[in-house]
Amino acid sequence: MKKCEAFIIGGSAGSLDVLLKVLPLINAAIKFPIVIVIHRKHGTDSLLPELLSSRTQLNVKEVEEKEALVAGTIYIAPSDYHLLIEQDRTFSLDYSEKINYSRPAIDATFQTAAEVYKDKLVCILLSGSNSDGVNGLKSVKLWGGVALIQDPTTAQVAYMPAQAQANVKIDDALSIEAIAEFINLLP
Amino acid sequence: MELSVINDDHVEILLSDLLEQYGYDFTGYSRASLKRRIIRLYSLDRALSFAEFRYKINNDSLYFKRFVEQITVNVTEMFRDPAFFKTLRDVVLPKLGTYPFIRIWLAGCSTGEEAYSISIILKELNLLHKSLIYATDLNPIVLEKAAQGMFGMSNMKQYSENYILSGGLKDFSSYYTANYSLAKFDDELKSKIIFSTHNLVSDYSFNEFQLILCRNVLIYFDRELQQKVLSLFDESLEELGYLALGTKETINFSGISDKYKRLDSEKIWRKVLR
Repeated sequence: MKKCEAFIIGGSAGSLDVLLKVLPLINAAIKFPIVIVIHRKHGTDSLLPELLSSRTQLNVKEVEEKEALVAGTIYIAPSDYHLLIEQDRTFSLDYSEKINYSRPAIDATFQTAAEVYKDKLVCILLSGSNSDGVNGLKSVKLWGGVALIQDPTTAQVAYMPAQAQANVKIDDALSIEAIAEFINLLP
Repeated sequence: MELSVINDDHVEILLSDLLEQYGYDFTGYSRASLKRRIIRLYSLDRALSFAEFRYKINNDSLYFKRFVEQITVNVTEMFRDPAFFKTLRDVVLPKLGTYPFIRIWLAGCSTGEEAYSISIILKELNLLHKSLIYATDLNPIVLEKAAQGMFGMSNMKQYSENYILSGGLKDFSSYYTANYSLAKFDDELKSKIIFSTHNLVSDYSFNEFQLILCRNVLIYFDRELQQKVLSLFDESLEELGYLALGTKETINFSGISDKYKRLDSEKIWRKVLR
């Protein structure tokens, strides 16, 4: 990869733990934005941005609609909306039907990002108990990006990354420590 | 779902067709969502080719209606975001209750779930008799559904929970009659609702209101169109009136923001005197 312009993390059950371990290890000087789409219950204001913010020196924020993606920022998908990325590299939100019983659906973010960032995109699918994100990873490959998974043997719930492994030509399966290392070495 | 059957150029072609052929302007809509909706419909209806799909939209007026219904998002709930409806119940509507007459505009009402929700609150506050809700949408098909006041029975458990969380004290099932798979809401609730077509992109202000609600509609518009629509709301809102938007929407980036003061917790702004 010549240059990474966006790194997107999708996860479900068992992925919060991974984020809490990976974020403190990420170099504060990264030159691309990180977007996190994890399934969580829709309810009152979430504490997730605050929780993750306490683990990293990078700026962590929940996405606001029409906001431009900026390097060195960690964006978190709001609950109960699909998070899409537009050609002008801004976020948009969408309240259409759930996909794979999920909103936000990892597929929606991976697929729209794939068309925007093409071969400058890296997406990773973490622990989870459904197959959301698998079609998204297929799109990432179709458009020339890099598709990663958390090594299913290290995942609390192996189903999601294992589904990706079985259905997509993924580029690598990484342990928790290797995920941070991979991010820090991206150009 | 294969994402490359409809590309960005196809989307632009369809949008200019809609504008020329039918006068529907979707060019200010955010493209990522629109494109996903178009691809979804394309595969749902098993279109044979883009040319065939395009021909049908341009030449079959019934299919055109289906197209507009399907590319716009019509997902909605009763009492969605209960805390928002609690603020309507506890703060906004009691304030408006001091007026002799309450005019409410629900813009982008889709299949009507929010219109009936507001009607229920007005009834419980004893304000329904002096209220009028103008519930509008660009899409005639969803308005027909809305006017029927029938929603899936399978949703009632969720709606009932939302209703209770929003401060409702009655037995929610007292508002509807179960009819096989549908819950038919009392006619009294729609007696003060006027369902009518209105396109936020191209139609003008048609009245003055004390409360305008437009939730999860602006997210589908680009910044320029958002600005235009917010100005339309501003023109249509009385002084001291309220403007309510969706959880993730804001007036902060618009030209109207300095005339408005936000209520503490929810996405509700009050037009203040200057």
